[in-house]
Amino acid sequence: MLPRRYRRPAERVIEAVLFLCAAGSVLVTAGIIFVLVVETGAFLGEVPITEFLFGTVWTPSFSDKHFGVLPLVAGTALTSAIAMVIAIPAGLLIAIYLSEYAPSGLRRVVKPVLEILAGVPTVVYGYFALLFVTPLLQQFIPGLASFNALSPGIVMGIMILPMVSSLSEDALRSVPNGLREGAYALGATRLQATMRVLVPAAFSGISAAAILAVSRAIGETMIVAIAAGQQPRLTGSPLVPVETMTAFIVQMSMGDTEAGTLEYRTIFAVGMLLFVSTFVLNLISNLLREKFREEYA
Amino acid sequence: MTRVLVGLLIAFSVTAACGRGDSQQSGQPAPSVIAIDGSSTVFPIGEALAEEFPKTYQGAQVTVGQSGTTGGFQKFCRGETDISNASRPIKASEVQTCAAAGIEFVEIPVAYDGLSVVVNPKNTWAQSMTVAELKKLWEPAAQGKIMRWSQIRAGWPDREIHLYGAGTDSGTFDSFTESIVGKTDASRGDYTGSEDDNVLVQGVAGDENALGYFGYAYYAENKDKLKLVAIDDENADNGAGPVLPSPETVRNGTYRPLSRPLFIYVSTAKLQRPEVKAFADFIVTNSAKLAGEVGYVALSDAEQQLVKDRWGTARAGSMYGEGVSDTTPLEQLLKSGR
Amino acid sequence: MISTRRRLIEDRLLQSMGILLLLLALIALAALVVDVVRDGVPRLSWAFITGFPSRFAESAGIWHALVGSVFVIGLTAAIALPLGVGAAVYLEEYSEGGRLSRLIEINISNLAGVPSIIYGLLGLGLFVRWMGLGSSVLAGALTLSLLVLPVVILSTREALRAVPKSLREGSYALGATKWQTVWTQVLPSALAGILTGLILALSRAIGETAPLITLGALTYVAFTPDSIWSPFTVLPIQIFNWVSRPQAAFAENAAAGIVVLLVLLVAMNAVAIVLRDRFQRDRIA
Repeated sequence: MLPRRYRRPAERVIEAVLFLCAAGSVLVTAGIIFVLVVETGAFLGEVPITEFLFGTVWTPSFSDKHFGVLPLVAGTALTSAIAMVIAIPAGLLIAIYLSEYAPSGLRRVVKPVLEILAGVPTVVYGYFALLFVTPLLQQFIPGLASFNALSPGIVMGIMILPMVSSLSEDALRSVPNGLREGAYALGATRLQATMRVLVPAAFSGISAAAILAVSRAIGETMIVAIAAGQQPRLTGSPLVPVETMTAFIVQMSMGDTEAGTLEYRTIFAVGMLLFVSTFVLNLISNLLREKFREEYA
Repeated sequence: MTRVLVGLLIAFSVTAACGRGDSQQSGQPAPSVIAIDGSSTVFPIGEALAEEFPKTYQGAQVTVGQSGTTGGFQKFCRGETDISNASRPIKASEVQTCAAAGIEFVEIPVAYDGLSVVVNPKNTWAQSMTVAELKKLWEPAAQGKIMRWSQIRAGWPDREIHLYGAGTDSGTFDSFTESIVGKTDASRGDYTGSEDDNVLVQGVAGDENALGYFGYAYYAENKDKLKLVAIDDENADNGAGPVLPSPETVRNGTYRPLSRPLFIYVSTAKLQRPEVKAFADFIVTNSAKLAGEVGYVALSDAEQQLVKDRWGTARAGSMYGEGVSDTTPLEQLLKSGR
Repeated sequence: MISTRRRLIEDRLLQSMGILLLLLALIALAALVVDVVRDGVPRLSWAFITGFPSRFAESAGIWHALVGSVFVIGLTAAIALPLGVGAAVYLEEYSEGGRLSRLIEINISNLAGVPSIIYGLLGLGLFVRWMGLGSSVLAGALTLSLLVLPVVILSTREALRAVPKSLREGSYALGATKWQTVWTQVLPSALAGILTGLILALSRAIGETAPLITLGALTYVAFTPDSIWSPFTVLPIQIFNWVSRPQAAFAENAAAGIVVLLVLLVAMNAVAIVLRDRFQRDRIA
C-alpha cells in the first residue's frame, strides 16, 4: 500500500487514466469520422457530389468511369426492404403473442431460443442463403438467378426478427398494466386491447425497434456479400443479382487498395454514406425510445 | 473459480500478445513469410505451389492473395509482396512504377491459358460465337443497350442476357478487353464483375441466361456445371471456324485470340532471402507439372528448357515492352534473349 | 357493434398467427442447424481440425484458421478488457454525470450501432495504412477491440451498478480511498458480471468476418500465425473462402467449419451463462 503522502496524487493519476479510457471512446468516433471525412473529401474533390448521390451508373474502376451511387443504394434498399417485410410484421406479432398471450413458462423458454437466431454469425447465414434458400426458391421460382436479392433478404429478415421481437415486447410490457386492465374491464378481447390500446401506447417504442431493424439491415455485410451478387444495377427486381453498398466495400477491399487512388477513396465515400444513414436512423430510434421512456417511466 | 478463470484469461492473453516461439528448426533463422499476390487466374497454380513447397522446404510460410493482376502489381511495386502472379505480361507503366521504387524483378512464364467463354448447360443456342459478336456484347457502347440474346445474333431467343466477367483489377479483364474489344480496360460496366473467378462460376452455373468468361482451369474444375462456347476469330490462317479451348488448341495456336501465357514475377531484392530463392527454383522446376494438374496448359518441353536457361542467367526485366506485341509466341521471345 | 363471437374469433386468429410465426421462426433456425450439421458433421474428423488448407477439398483442414481465431480473440480480450473496464469504472464510479460524461455515454451507445464494416474501414485507414501495421494479427485485434468496446463498457457498467452501495460505503468508512475501494471491493464483486459481458462480446467478435476482410485478412494462409505481426486468417473468413468455391466438396468443408465455429460459440456462451449464475448465487449469498 502506498504511503499516505502519495495516495492523493496517485488517486488523481488513476482517475486521469480512467478518464482517458472513457474519453477514448470519443476518440474512436472521432477516428471513424476523421478517416471517412478525409477520404470522402478527397473523393468529392474529383467527383461532384451531385453525380455521386444522384447518378445512376456505377463503374468506378472501368475506363469509362461513372460514380453514381444509386445502383448500390438500390441494392441495399431492395435487400433491406425484403428483410423488413419479414422481420417487422413477424417480429411484432411474435412480440404481441409473447407479451399478451403466452404463458410465462413458454416465454421464458422461447426468448433465449430466439436470441440464438440473433447470435448466429452472419457468414453462417450467408452460407444458408446461398446453398439452401436459393436452391429451394429456385424450385418455386424458375428463372431465379443464383445470386439474387430475395434469398439474402429473407435470411436477413429471419436474423433481425429476434431484435424486433425483443424490443417490441419490452415496449409492450412497459405499458402500465392499468391501461390493459382498463381495456379488459370494458370487455375487450386481447386482440382489441392489444390493437386499440397497447400497440398505440407502445407505438414509439415499437417504431424505435423497427427503425433500429432497418439500420441493422442496411449495415449487414456478409449475407449479401455471399448471396446477393456483385452487379451494381438500378432495379426493383428481387430475382437478379444486385450489389449493396456493404458488398461493394468488401469487394473493393479484397482487390488492391492503394492509398491515394480514386478507387481507394470510393470505398470510403460509400462507407461515409453508409455511416451517415445508419447514424441518422440510430439517432431517430434513440430519440423515439427516449420519448417512450418519458411517457411511461 | 472466477479468479482461476481470470488468471487463465490473463495468462492466455499475455501468451497471445507475446507470440509463440519463432524458431521452428534449431539453428536456422525463422523463415519469414513469402507473400504472393495477383491474378485470380494464376491463383490455382500459386496455391498448388504454396501447398507443395513446404513439403520439401520445412517451415516455409507462403501466403497467396487474389487481388487481380493489376492490383497485384501495385502491391508488388510498393514492395509489399515478394512474388506477383499475372495473367498478362507486366505493362511498361508498371515497369516504370517498379523502377521508380527501386524494384527489379525476374519474369517466369509458367503456363498457357485458354481464356474460356462459358454459358449455362441449359443454354442450347450458343454453341459458338465470333469475336465480332463478343465485341458487340462487351464493348463500352453496349452498356444498357445490348441486353438480350436476340440482339447478338438473329435467331437467338429473345431472353435477357446476364453477364459475368472479370473485375477491373484482373489480368483476365485486361486480356479479354484487349483481345476482344481491341483496347485494354474498354468494357461495359453493367455486369457481375469479380476478381474471384469462383464467384463467376457460381453465377453462370446458377443462371440459364448467363454468359461469363474466366481462365480455363475454372472451367475444368466445374465441367458439370458449365458449357464452353467455341470461338471463331474469322481468321482462316489459324484454323477455320469456331474452336473450343483445350490443351491442344491452345498449344497449337488455333484457339485465338484468347490464348495467353501466364506469368509469375519474383522481386530480385527478395531473392536474397534463402526461402524465396528456394521457392523461385521450385517454381521453375515444378510449375509445368502443377499447371497441368490444375487445368492449365503446361509449357512445351522446349519452352520449359528455355525458361530454365533464362532463369539460370538470372536475367532481370520483362521480355515484353517496347515494340513487342503481347501476342508474340513465347518460344520466340525466350530465344531472342531479351 | 361487432358481435362477441366475431371478436373472439379474431382474438383466436391473432393468437394462432402469433404461434404460427413463432413456430416458423423456430423451424427456420432448426433448418439452418440441421442443414449445416447434416453437411458438415460427416466431414468432421481430427484430420480436418488439425489439417491445413489444400486445393484438394478432401484433404483441406482448418487448423490455421482455428488457431488464428483463438489468437486474435485472445489479443482482443487483452486489449478490450482493460480499456472497457477502465472506461466503465470512470463513468460509474468517478464521473459526476456532467455534460462531458453524458456526451461520452451517448457516444458509446451510438458506437454500438455502427455497422461492423465501418470499423473495418477505420482499421484499414488507421491501423493498416497510417500506423503501418499491415494486415497483421495486431491490426485485426485492435480493430475487433474497438468493435466490442461499447458492448464491454455497457455490460461492465451493469455489473458495477449491481454491486450494493453498502459495500462501497463500508470501505470508505474504513478509510479507504476511492481507488482502493474500487480495486479491492467493487471490481472483485463485479468480476463475474464483467467477465460474462466480455465473453459475450468476444463470442460476437469471433464470428465477425467483414471488418477483418476489409483489413486484408483474406488470403491463402496455410500456416498458424506465430507472432502479432503475422498475417492471419480466422474461422469465418476460411468459411467464407470455401463457400465462394463452387465445388460441392468445398461446401461440405464450409459446413464442417461452421460446425466448429458453432461449437466454439456454444462453449463460450455456456461459460458465460455458468458465470452469470455463479454471479447471482454469490450475490444472494
